[in-house]
Amino acid sequence: MGIYILMIILGWGNIYAAVYNEDHPSILDFSQKYGKQMMFVGGAFLIAIIILIIDESFYTTFAWGIYGIAILTLISVLFLGTEISGSKSWFRFGSFGVQPAEFAKFATCLALSKFISNTNIKLRDQRTKVIAAAIILIPAVIIVAQKETGGALVLLSFVFVLFREGLPVYYLLFAISLLCTFFISLVYDSTVLLIVAISIAVLVFFISKKSGKNLLYIILGLSLAIGIIFGAKEGFEHFPKHQKKRVNVFLGIETDKKDKAWNETQSLIAIGSGGFWGKGYLQGTQTKYDFVPEQETDFIFCTVGEEWGFVGSLFVIVLFATLIIRLVLMAERQRSPFSRIYGYGVASVFLFHMMVNIGMTIGLVPVIGIPLPFFSYGGSSLWAFTILLFIFLKLDSRRLQILA
Amino acid sequence: MKQFADRKYIFIGLVVIVSFLYVVRLFYIQIIEDKYQLDAKNQAFRFPTDYPIRGYIYDRKGKLLVYNEAAYDLMVTPKQVTKELDTNDLCGLLGISKEMFLKKIEKARQAPNSPRKPSIFEKQISAKTYAALQEKLYKFHGFFVQSRTLRKYPQNTAAHLLGYIGEVNKNITDKDPYYKDGDYIGISGIEKAYEKELRGIKGKKVIMVDVHNREKGSFENGKYDTLAISGQNLTSSLDAEMQLYGEQLMQNKIGGICAIDPSTGEVLALVTSPSYDPNLLVGRSRSTNYSLLARDTIGVPLFNRALMAYYPPGSTFKLINALIGQQEGILFPETRYPCARGYPVMGGRPACHAHSSPLDLMGSVQHSCNSYYAFTFRSIIDNKKYRTTEEGYKAWREYVLSFGVGKKINSDLPQELKGFVPTVEYYDKYFGKNQWKSSTIVSLSIGQGELGVTPLQMANIMATIANRGYYYIPHVIRYVGDKKYIKPEFTKKNYTKIDPKYFDVIIDGMEQVVQAGTGRIAKLDSISVCGKTGTAENPHGKDHSVFVAFAPKENPKIAIAVLVENAGFGAAWAAPIASLMIEKYLTGKITRAELEKRMFEGNLIKDKDKVEEKKR
Repeated sequence: MGIYILMIILGWGNIYAAVYNEDHPSILDFSQKYGKQMMFVGGAFLIAIIILIIDESFYTTFAWGIYGIAILTLISVLFLGTEISGSKSWFRFGSFGVQPAEFAKFATCLALSKFISNTNIKLRDQRTKVIAAAIILIPAVIIVAQKETGGALVLLSFVFVLFREGLPVYYLLFAISLLCTFFISLVYDSTVLLIVAISIAVLVFFISKKSGKNLLYIILGLSLAIGIIFGAKEGFEHFPKHQKKRVNVFLGIETDKKDKAWNETQSLIAIGSGGFWGKGYLQGTQTKYDFVPEQETDFIFCTVGEEWGFVGSLFVIVLFATLIIRLVLMAERQRSPFSRIYGYGVASVFLFHMMVNIGMTIGLVPVIGIPLPFFSYGGSSLWAFTILLFIFLKLDSRRLQILA
Repeated sequence: MKQFADRKYIFIGLVVIVSFLYVVRLFYIQIIEDKYQLDAKNQAFRFPTDYPIRGYIYDRKGKLLVYNEAAYDLMVTPKQVTKELDTNDLCGLLGISKEMFLKKIEKARQAPNSPRKPSIFEKQISAKTYAALQEKLYKFHGFFVQSRTLRKYPQNTAAHLLGYIGEVNKNITDKDPYYKDGDYIGISGIEKAYEKELRGIKGKKVIMVDVHNREKGSFENGKYDTLAISGQNLTSSLDAEMQLYGEQLMQNKIGGICAIDPSTGEVLALVTSPSYDPNLLVGRSRSTNYSLLARDTIGVPLFNRALMAYYPPGSTFKLINALIGQQEGILFPETRYPCARGYPVMGGRPACHAHSSPLDLMGSVQHSCNSYYAFTFRSIIDNKKYRTTEEGYKAWREYVLSFGVGKKINSDLPQELKGFVPTVEYYDKYFGKNQWKSSTIVSLSIGQGELGVTPLQMANIMATIANRGYYYIPHVIRYVGDKKYIKPEFTKKNYTKIDPKYFDVIIDGMEQVVQAGTGRIAKLDSISVCGKTGTAENPHGKDHSVFVAFAPKENPKIAIAVLVENAGFGAAWAAPIASLMIEKYLTGKITRAELEKRMFEGNLIKDKDKVEEKKR
């Protein structure tokens, strides 16, 4: 709770710095983004209070209902939404917009928790795996259709939850290695990779138990890898253009400073120029003078890095790490599986957001447009994270009353 | 599902590892790598130079001789120019072609310029273009305008003396770190001599710009900015009216005038003819005009004759020999020498004109007797107290040098030359050791031979005689700055090796030259002018017309030397011009309109051209 309020305050302060405009210094000027964000923060507090008042059984009971509404909204935005910078994921109301994808997170999380917490369910069952995957993938696919890949990728972070609930470890490793193979095959020559993949397969074959089942797995894995190696470039060609660009830039295939890698280069310059102590609040030249694009949303961490330096960046990262670890520990102390699963879901989403968002600003992760929780400008994301977090806080506060 | 509870450690481990990795990365980019700091500085800051205002130059009456006019340079940092640049728009504004544009950008990229540093794209754009450009500048990434000043010469006079400024070259920037590429520096005249006083001190600003290259104000409220300190104004000793008058008198003639105030050493006018309009050597058209002027080999308008041309002083030099003779104790006012239409001892060489004979010292000045000075000169050199000709000659040469001839006077004009008085070594080489005697070099007695004296030096000799034995170093700047600083070397008296008592008889003789001698045409009713004509033989053509004078006789206010090339007798052109100058300066008006008109209209260059043509 304390971390939440601290983050919201810091977050607002940074938005103020990022879009700081000498003509409108008033913090309540609603024509400016910090004025609006101030309003969103007020709304977030209101939402938090409402959530804490509602009985916790509401969330368990209506988990499927909320999930259903979320899916419907996601579909309807495909047809009724407004297109903003290539993504059709917004409902517009006057000067404000709502992004349903943000709210799909907690809905999916609730549904997943509801499903897995059912006492008859075991993740070792093939049927269970398929349904769990479906719960995650249905909204994810719709969000991809909105050309908002970042938001879809976030949902995949629920794999962590499944993993905690007993999904065999090799599913996780398998998913990670597939992703890595995909990226690597875009950069390196296919034949070289083919030789490497076969070598690994042979190696695994010799060190593992020589059973028919293992052999089958190895052959399956190898053929999948070969499929990706040759399919990646082909399939990549069919990627939406702006995402192809992002990936290419990250992989270093295209390095035009002025154009494609501009975001990342500017982001690095802004953060890198912060030094140890930073340039001081409102003193950042790179962020304040618009060198960093989307600096108040996806690239908000640049403002932290430039104005507060290494010290401030370290503080923010530690803050997030503390929040996530605290969430994990809180989840572990729940009696009800629903609360625990939900808690893990929250932790996973936060981890993914923090990892990808900060990672991309410091050039360790491809540029994927997802916000930094509580820091990035935007009502939808702020409220969605607030709902996500506070449902868990409510569940946690009632943990002794909820039966296992 | 407690059976998988240990998996929380994997999750927590992941959080810790990711955070740790990120912190390490941040540590690297924020603390170890400083490239980002540099990049940030380069793109968010501009470091425009605050150019100081170059000092103005006034004449002795407070008339403005040189001032500044604003001009604007368009600067470019090639690396910041984006592909989105509307080249057509920019080229249209500047009135240049696309090819020209690319050429200029390429020039800005290459050494000594750099793609990362701003360099001049278009020099001195007009105020009108600047206004149009200013509005659209935000669209042209990588471009900005730097203002600077151009020199203007409202009096349209004294081009050689004032000099001009020009862009520094690599030689200068390598030697003096104050100057950066594109800076201006005084190249000749006063602009060069007083460069340090005039230029002031440059200031530096640190300005922040946003991604659209719009200025966002000073960095840290100007904490790192330094203000430019304006250059100091100079008050010249020149009288602009006199200078212009002298230039008009010298129109269509080749030669020089130098007028000095003997009581201070201040140069009142320094005319070189032919001259040019100083405004030609300013701004964008400077190089074109410069080569045009430089190509004129007949007039050689860029050559500062008043300071740099060596002329034989002719008969005017007799005054110095007369003074040396007295000082050496071999010549007295009563001394008389015969003349037989020439120096009788050497069979009538050097020759002389008809006059009564024998003459005394004063008469010899008045009538400019060549024979008299041949006797005098040989007596000086062959004086018994010197055992050899060389020793006698050395002694004579020392006297001459004390008049500021044959050595630099150290005036404040950088082009000033030494003049030439042959050394013993020179004659030894020319004639062979012990192969020359006083008779060999007797032409020195009448200011001929190898002697080379500049108009400035001639005027200085006049000032020395007017002062009865000393001179102040001639200078063209009276005061530096508003506090009226005078360089101390200009207030010191420089004495000749001649006792003041020997001057009076010479001055009386000079008065007679104008009253009833060779220089009668220079006579003024109201003022007693002391002068001496000279007709300098010249191996290249017609004799040069020379006249030196000072006035009034008591408490002299002006000493003047006039030299007109290939104009014949001193009395023909040089004397009237000198006389008109003196009258103008001392009385402020001209009583002899007829004479003035003749001088204004006299065209000697035309005649010279005809001579040149005949030669061909």
